[in-house]
Amino acid sequence: MEQKKRDGSFYINPYLGGVLLGLVLFATYYVTGRGLGASGAVKSTVVTTVHAVAPEHAHKSGYYSQFLSDDISPMSNWLVFEVLGVLAGAFLSGTLYGRLKFKTEHSPKITSRRRLIFAVAGGMLFGVGSQFARGCTSGAALSGMAVLSASGIITMMAIFGSAYLFAWIFKKLWI
Amino acid sequence: MTGPLIPMELIPEAWNNVIALLLGMGFGFALEASGFSSSRKIMGTFFGYDFVVLRVFFTAAITAMSGIIYFDFMGWMDASMLYINPYYVTSAIVGGVIMGFGFALGGFCPGTSFCGVAIGKIDAMFFSAGLFLGIMLFSEMYPLFSTLYNSENLGGIKIYEMLGMKRNLFAFLLIVAAVGMFYGAAFVEKKVTKVEY
Repeated sequence: MEQKKRDGSFYINPYLGGVLLGLVLFATYYVTGRGLGASGAVKSTVVTTVHAVAPEHAHKSGYYSQFLSDDISPMSNWLVFEVLGVLAGAFLSGTLYGRLKFKTEHSPKITSRRRLIFAVAGGMLFGVGSQFARGCTSGAALSGMAVLSASGIITMMAIFGSAYLFAWIFKKLWI
Repeated sequence: MTGPLIPMELIPEAWNNVIALLLGMGFGFALEASGFSSSRKIMGTFFGYDFVVLRVFFTAAITAMSGIIYFDFMGWMDASMLYINPYYVTSAIVGGVIMGFGFALGGFCPGTSFCGVAIGKIDAMFFSAGLFLGIMLFSEMYPLFSTLYNSENLGGIKIYEMLGMKRNLFAFLLIVAAVGMFYGAAFVEKKVTKVEY
């Protein structure tokens, strides 16, 4: 059993995983008054990067400037530390269950190259969409559902509904 | 102690980042251990060969929701102090549809892609790079989107208020719907041909 657990194929029961995730989310609300997030940390990174490379441009931009203030760097954002934690926690789990490995995972019907091109495209779309919706699957959909926010639940339905449709259109990428 | 602790100023600000790191670790561990570092496992939900996303996502949502309602009822937390994302009607739907498209092409969402990055998935690294580019693209093109982005703000409205329902009734119906979906998922999984990944 121990051997089997460490060969990378073992996942915890999804309902146990869900309860764990739910308790973490609940604890986040109890302690901070806000939910979890993911895309917000990337936004902070983008704002910091652009601000470092072209400070004038960042201050003039209608979007970046909303997240810049003089005394606090956008990188010191709560979500950036949270995402560093996500990386550490996932690394810990990957170590525990023997999943650490450099690998491009893709369907046998497509090449790694094709997979990577579509991964970048998918990431870009997610990046754009998460700005419109003011959060991604974590910050808008999951955290929103926990507090029954209309925005979160509507965004969740839009994400999953459209993902179902497009997944079937691009079925060849996956199965 | 009555929560939420930081807005109630029961925890000094200095602890903020340490708490963020610890909660993030729990988040990352739960996602990775459930299998969210694999895009093909995630995509199983959309083709019916593995409903792990549906199970984990809805179990987590109803667990956290029930915890919040219970703590609020017991007076251990003031739920009215919790942050609610403002609902900009069209922008939220447009954003959700674009994200769904990205999900179908990329096989990850931002949080799960970070889990993939942490265990060495190269496709997850490319997805994360795409996220960076996408957010930059949005920011640079913001003047074009700003009207849509800022229109129809209904504020931090709750779904049950919008539907004119009582909170606890809606929460109960959501739990029933989730359990119904869990049974449905198990039924579909049995019918669908297994996909090796």
